[in-house]
Amino acid sequence: MRAEGSNAATPRRPPPMQPLGGLRYGLMLLLVLLALGALTGRIVYLHVIDRTFLQGQGDARTLRVDPIPAHRGMITDRNGEPLAISTPVVTLWANPQELPPDDIQRLMLARALEVDLDEFNSRVSRYAEREFMFLRRQMTPEAAQRILDLGLPGVYAQNEYKRYYPSGEVTAQLLGVTNVDDQGQEGLELAYQPYLSGTPGQRRVLKDRKGRLVRDLHMLREARPGGDLVLSIDQRLQYMAYRELKAAVAEHGADGGSLVMMDALTGEVLAMANQPSYNPNNRAGLDPRGLRNQAIVDVFEPGSVMKPLAMAAILESGQFDRDIVVDTSPGWMRIDRFTIRDIRNYGELDLAGILEKSSNIGMSKLVLALDDPLVADKYRALGFGQSTETGFPGEATGSLPAPVRWSRSQWAALSYGYGLSVSALQLASAYTALANGGVRQSPSLLKLDEPPVGTPAIDPQVAHDLLRILEESVQGRRAGVTGYRVAGKTGTVRKSSSSGYMENAYRSVFAGIAPVSDPRIVTVVMIDHPRGEEYYGGAVAAPVFSRVTGNALRLLDVPPDQRLSP
Amino acid sequence: MAFVDLTRGMRGHPVRPPQSGMTRRRSFWLRIHIDPWLLLLLVILMGAGLLVLYSASGQRLPVVMAQATRFGIALVAMIVLAQFSPTTFVRWSPVLYGITVLMLVAVEIMGDMGMGAQRWLEIPGVIRFQPSELMKLAMPMMLAAYLSRRELPPRWRDLVVCAALMAVPVVLIAKQPDLGTSLLVICAAVFVVLLAGLSWRFVGLLAVIAAAALPVLWLNMHNYQRQRVLTFLNPESDPLGSGWNIIQSTTAIGSGGLLGKGWLQGTQSQLEFLPERHTDFIVAVLGEEFGLLGMVVVLVLYLLIVSRGLWLANTAQDTFGRLLAGSIVLTFFIYVFVNVGMVSGILPVVGVPLPLVSYGGTSSVTLMAGFGILMSIQAHRRLLPR
Repeated sequence: MRAEGSNAATPRRPPPMQPLGGLRYGLMLLLVLLALGALTGRIVYLHVIDRTFLQGQGDARTLRVDPIPAHRGMITDRNGEPLAISTPVVTLWANPQELPPDDIQRLMLARALEVDLDEFNSRVSRYAEREFMFLRRQMTPEAAQRILDLGLPGVYAQNEYKRYYPSGEVTAQLLGVTNVDDQGQEGLELAYQPYLSGTPGQRRVLKDRKGRLVRDLHMLREARPGGDLVLSIDQRLQYMAYRELKAAVAEHGADGGSLVMMDALTGEVLAMANQPSYNPNNRAGLDPRGLRNQAIVDVFEPGSVMKPLAMAAILESGQFDRDIVVDTSPGWMRIDRFTIRDIRNYGELDLAGILEKSSNIGMSKLVLALDDPLVADKYRALGFGQSTETGFPGEATGSLPAPVRWSRSQWAALSYGYGLSVSALQLASAYTALANGGVRQSPSLLKLDEPPVGTPAIDPQVAHDLLRILEESVQGRRAGVTGYRVAGKTGTVRKSSSSGYMENAYRSVFAGIAPVSDPRIVTVVMIDHPRGEEYYGGAVAAPVFSRVTGNALRLLDVPPDQRLSP
Repeated sequence: MAFVDLTRGMRGHPVRPPQSGMTRRRSFWLRIHIDPWLLLLLVILMGAGLLVLYSASGQRLPVVMAQATRFGIALVAMIVLAQFSPTTFVRWSPVLYGITVLMLVAVEIMGDMGMGAQRWLEIPGVIRFQPSELMKLAMPMMLAAYLSRRELPPRWRDLVVCAALMAVPVVLIAKQPDLGTSLLVICAAVFVVLLAGLSWRFVGLLAVIAAAALPVLWLNMHNYQRQRVLTFLNPESDPLGSGWNIIQSTTAIGSGGLLGKGWLQGTQSQLEFLPERHTDFIVAVLGEEFGLLGMVVVLVLYLLIVSRGLWLANTAQDTFGRLLAGSIVLTFFIYVFVNVGMVSGILPVVGVPLPLVSYGGTSSVTLMAGFGILMSIQAHRRLLPR
């Protein structure tokens, strides 16, 4: 019973100690069992009772819903040629807190990003308190992969789409642009944003504490790509129209200009060009004036191009015979306290002569003989002063006065195109009534499946007669197109400013229809402030019309309707 | 000296010639002074520990290899210590105790800073260890050696001596500050005194004093220690800061369910949501990946080790052996209880590893050294005819 009776330890305890000790050991074991029981109870509680809650908590830490960017719809011209397409790009971002602090790795990163190390470091220190900073947005996937391959901590990638516009400045203002987040900001990109953008998809993923993707679990919702938008634009005509407009603006040293070409039968806009323009693919240093789609959002006083439309009202009134002759001498007249002039004294003019010579006096005399403000009514019926309802952002309605009491001068001014403002698109739409037997077509920027029902605006016979008169008035002039019969009207308007009409600042306008035998296209050309020797519409805008219309008719395979005279 | 003792101990051990297969096997284990059952249980635990560690370390093999190496060293330490006679331990106890206290003083003076606490003593390039770890063995040895020479149950005077022997190193360790280790050292000391037959009235008195000492302890605690206690009482109060550990670990355990998510499949642990996942909080990885079943199996393994250890302690034949063996086993269990209790959220966060499972060197060596002493005590008892 004694322990080894060795030299050092000589226990002097009495024998009764033994049972007491055994009891204590048993008691200790009991305590151990109790403690283990408590632990097991707690663990069972966590595992079984609290499990649903804790599992939910666990999932809440790891399961994330990740968005899948939706492919933005393509914008094409009427023949399916791409005008705006989305290409996959990669945006690199960083968690500044995880970026390597040492200079060598930072230098590698800065080099790869093509930025200066000091600049990079100062940017990182600016974001030091944050957990997100962009490194470089919208890189090509290959370039981004090269940086990711460096394997630096804290560098992450994000897949996105970037918009690319193959036709560049040619369609810039019409299409507009998207911002870096792929949201439409201008033009049709903005107007059709919900349709083009589609719906981003969602997927459930497993992420670790640092937000790195560990596993793709399952797809919650497929990304629904945006719809493709088919425009009424014909890219070939668009290129050609843009080229001619740009050349003319350059040639005359003008401030700018716009051109609208419409399908006379359907109202579809085949081409819409503006100067100045910009490159939507590289917006560095762009001229903000270039952003405006002037053909839709800007208005101007149209001047003489309105005369055929006023003439329609005069003819429809039935108050005058077709062969009436108006004496316009001595080339000027006073209405109220204003003096209106023709360019020179044309003497006696018939109706065709009034339009051909563009006589303000002839128009005024006829209009002042009318009993009602028929011209203003006609203009309204032709869509002026109202929205063209293209849905284009910032579309201008123009202004058409509707006073309770018309003054004589106001009444007369409308007849030769002053005292109202119109957009080039409105003007083109109004001319479709002349081209189309009196039925006006509203403009459409999208390709139409079937020709729309137009709005009868002018008596068919009157429209027919006016077309003939307009054909005669441009014959042998600069608006002419070899092989085709064309009709049109020039306009030269003094530009106005806040202090009244400006000296030596003009707008040259031409509105025309071709071919006359079976009108297919209506074209409006407006050149803003040509600075050369010539500024008349017939000298500046008409040649553009001629070239654009001729090229367009040939591109559209329209058979020539004019015999070439030997 | 030690060498002489060793040889004497081995020579002095009575070895009977083998009579039958049964006795031959017994005698083989006896000859090498190892308790086969305890060894088997410890090896199984180590194996399970390495398995969990592989997962908890983020499947880094070098970590597992380093741990396995430490286990090897620990096993060698155990086997070597088992060869000494308990008499040697009795003789060397005061020396070991004295040296360890001196080293603790040295740490206090020149120990280098590590994790906000001075714990390490380093001879640069040679060795770096925590003297406080050594105290976990030196303390019960010293007290057991002292009490084994006194009449038991201990008298007042003996208790005062014991308290003084305990207080000096505990204060030094607590100053480091290392609350976990000082608590374990206190436990080791208290177990010795308790097993020596401390009267229950006195135990009750101690409990009252301990309760009264709590405010004093609170006032002397470091901020991070107070924070841990506060966090324990209400982990949700600071879910992103100090409550994070407990919330994360209970979440990991709870999401394991009955059978767990499978080895290497725990999302909380594999995805680094679990802090300290391969050291103090490794049991949460076990809970998540092996579920309730896995945890119960491991706890049962600990229970078997403790039961076997207590049985060996109870059958020891001299007072020193009984007291020391009991204290070693019970302290081992305190590790398990504090660690699992902390990770599962019923005890405050104290830096105590899960023995032989958590990644870490010194503690596994100390623990196994303790088991070596236990085996020495067991193997060197004089076999009595039943």
